[in-house]
Amino acid sequence: MNRTARSRAPSILAGIAASLAASLALAQGAAYEPASKYNLQPPVTEIATRIYDLNTLILVICGIIFVAVFGAMFYAIYAHRKSVGHQPAQFHENTTVEIVWTVVPFLILILMAWPATKTVIAMKDTSAPDLTIKATGFQWKWGYDYLRGEGDLREVADGISFYSTLSTTLEERTNARAKDADYLLDVDNVLVVPVGKKVRILTTANDVLHAWWVPALGVKQDAIPGFVRDTWFRAEKVGVYRGQCAELCGKEHGFMPIVVEVKSLEDFRAWAAERRKATTAGAPAPSAAAGAPVPQTVAASARTGN
Amino acid sequence: MQATHDHAAGHDHGHAHPTGIMRWITTTNHKDIGTMYLWFSFVMFLVGGVLALLLRTELFQPGMQVVEPEVFNQLTTMHGVIMVFGAIMPAFVGFANWMLPLQIGAPDMAFARMNNWSFWLLPPAAALLVISFFVPGGAAAGGWTLYPPLSIQMGPGMDLAIFALHILGASSIMGSINIVTTILNMRAPGMTLMKMPLFAWTWLITAYLLIAVMPVLAGAITMVLTDRHFDTHFFNAAGGGDPVLFQHIFWFFGHPEVYIMILPAFGIVSEIIPAFARKQLFGYTSMVYATASIAILSFIVWAHHMFTVGMPATAQLFFMFATMLIAVPTGVKVFNWVATMWRGSMTFETPMLFACGFIFVFTMGGFTGLILAITPIDIQLHDTYFVVAHFHYVLVAGSLFALFAGTYYWLPKWTGHMYDETLGKLHFWLSVIFFNVTFFVQHFLGLAGMPRRVPDYALQFADFNMISTIGAFGFGLTQLLFLYVVVKCIRGGAKAADCPWEGARGLEWTVPSPAPYHTFETPPVVR
Repeated sequence: MNRTARSRAPSILAGIAASLAASLALAQGAAYEPASKYNLQPPVTEIATRIYDLNTLILVICGIIFVAVFGAMFYAIYAHRKSVGHQPAQFHENTTVEIVWTVVPFLILILMAWPATKTVIAMKDTSAPDLTIKATGFQWKWGYDYLRGEGDLREVADGISFYSTLSTTLEERTNARAKDADYLLDVDNVLVVPVGKKVRILTTANDVLHAWWVPALGVKQDAIPGFVRDTWFRAEKVGVYRGQCAELCGKEHGFMPIVVEVKSLEDFRAWAAERRKATTAGAPAPSAAAGAPVPQTVAASARTGN
Repeated sequence: MQATHDHAAGHDHGHAHPTGIMRWITTTNHKDIGTMYLWFSFVMFLVGGVLALLLRTELFQPGMQVVEPEVFNQLTTMHGVIMVFGAIMPAFVGFANWMLPLQIGAPDMAFARMNNWSFWLLPPAAALLVISFFVPGGAAAGGWTLYPPLSIQMGPGMDLAIFALHILGASSIMGSINIVTTILNMRAPGMTLMKMPLFAWTWLITAYLLIAVMPVLAGAITMVLTDRHFDTHFFNAAGGGDPVLFQHIFWFFGHPEVYIMILPAFGIVSEIIPAFARKQLFGYTSMVYATASIAILSFIVWAHHMFTVGMPATAQLFFMFATMLIAVPTGVKVFNWVATMWRGSMTFETPMLFACGFIFVFTMGGFTGLILAITPIDIQLHDTYFVVAHFHYVLVAGSLFALFAGTYYWLPKWTGHMYDETLGKLHFWLSVIFFNVTFFVQHFLGLAGMPRRVPDYALQFADFNMISTIGAFGFGLTQLLFLYVVVKCIRGGAKAADCPWEGARGLEWTVPSPAPYHTFETPPVVR
């Protein structure tokens, strides 16, 4: 941000004026169709699908209880009013009723917990991946390293390493230029993965906590400096999926998106070959945005040293 | 909130009392101190509200308009800290001070001087929080949860926040010791524990929670402080520490804290519903047990705030099951309230409107809480606006609405005047409508993938953010109406009877309105 504190007061007024002007522009340019507006994004992995279904199931159960409980409450509000001459009853205790409305919710909870438990166990199973990628959170961008993990694809992308930085321009962010459809959700180097393959993501961070989150893949994993955590996904559809850092990490927290491009296996191999050729030919590793800090410490040594 | 005019008439101990400002500084009277707590929390509520409106203004549209991202983070952080520790918690302590002695037939709180001290710790702490905006680097900007390593990076604003939290915590602990001692030792003859009003019960349990967890918070933030300045490495992996350790400690405090802010609200609502249904509370005993169960369970669910840190599956499952269990006693409470209303003879004065609004809207927050308890769903929704919506449903529509309900319910006792019923009802309807306009759409934002604590967002989130901001301004302005109603009631209005509510029961309604400066100097006898 290039605005300075000394001009804050006038900039507030200017900002309000600009936002009024921008609201007109926005209303006209509202052709952007999001994948989802009221619900979880359309899932493209089995886990994300399970999460989606779990959410629907529990929403429906809660909805039914909600209607039953508040049906009773609003009926009482309607019928048992003093103004319609209703006389108060005297009851104030009933052990049977108390036991019923303790036990029945408990049983309903078990009904909910069962599929949830199975999903938790599936989510935690990061074994036997086809491809392993380390995602490192920096203030404020992501670094990706394709590792020599296990599985068939361990050689294919081994050694590919790059940063992924927000590509939305400062002019767009400060309302000096019209906003792109992928405003704040676009990066210079996207993470490329093959469709139908189990991708294991190792997360860590260089400075503070971050979280690697792609809603359509059903993956959110904190990135913790000095520690390595893992998660996994198997994308079922070719396409581009966007997410954001989900753990407050300082002033640019809202400006370090994650973009995953799922390619067919063939395209992925071609992309990887190209990328590796560029790297081994001694082309400079894709550098960070000008002025960004050079990666250091734990994460950095892991990046280069293996 | 100023039932103190009968000062001279109410007692005569033959010694002079200070007047003017010195009266308030030196007072040991539970009613004076309760009044100060309530005004203090209302002022902090307005301060926190202004911060919220500033950040909602930035979020009115995509793009950066009003504040820099770093200032935005300061706004979210300080909004949270001020509302939790400056507004909601002191407000409930204010209610405890005013009402507990009146409800249990005690002449005052057990430790009157400590009571004065626990109040007067608050203004310096609040001053530290406000001053922190003006130190180099500005106020703390790491979120109200103060997670390291980010909180290690902050400027001196973080130190001021930590010191303020230490002071506020000390105040809370003293207040809690006072409440526990008062309730356990100073009940009127014949008032057994199981005859106590539920407000006293919920506060007794809350006070134990406070005593248990405030020192834990103090420990956590002290470790941050020493990590910042004295080269300890509690939370620094390079020195053998672990950032996640902080989260475990913080949430061991943080989850009981959630119930600290809601259990007294349950108590207030449990007083009001029977009064306006003209029917005894249904299931008193089970209400007490449900409150205790919630308090005990609150100690074993903390890690549901951190499902995404990468725990083993067994830990995730344990915390999921334990969290889901809380739905059972909470459900029992809601069922009991509805059963109390059932076949009553209800009228809907403002306290009852807020109590019904509380049940309705709080329960929606309960349902989203259950959804968030399910680990796989939480992993999708953690740190999104869905969580923001959830905790505002339980903290605003829960705690705050109960505070409003209690204020309208006891204002006649505090001031000796009836408040303006029409304006009170208007306050309720505007509050409940604008509350939902503000926060209901945030569920959609979170589900569709908007992270929380971001100063700017993708275009797909624009409409709902605009709606939310409009609702926030409506809600904020509505609270000025509340201030007007309260001030109007203090300054005059119809004379309130000793018991202005037809169905209200309890010792507080046996003393005159306004309550004289000293009450129950001779303990009443409970049948």
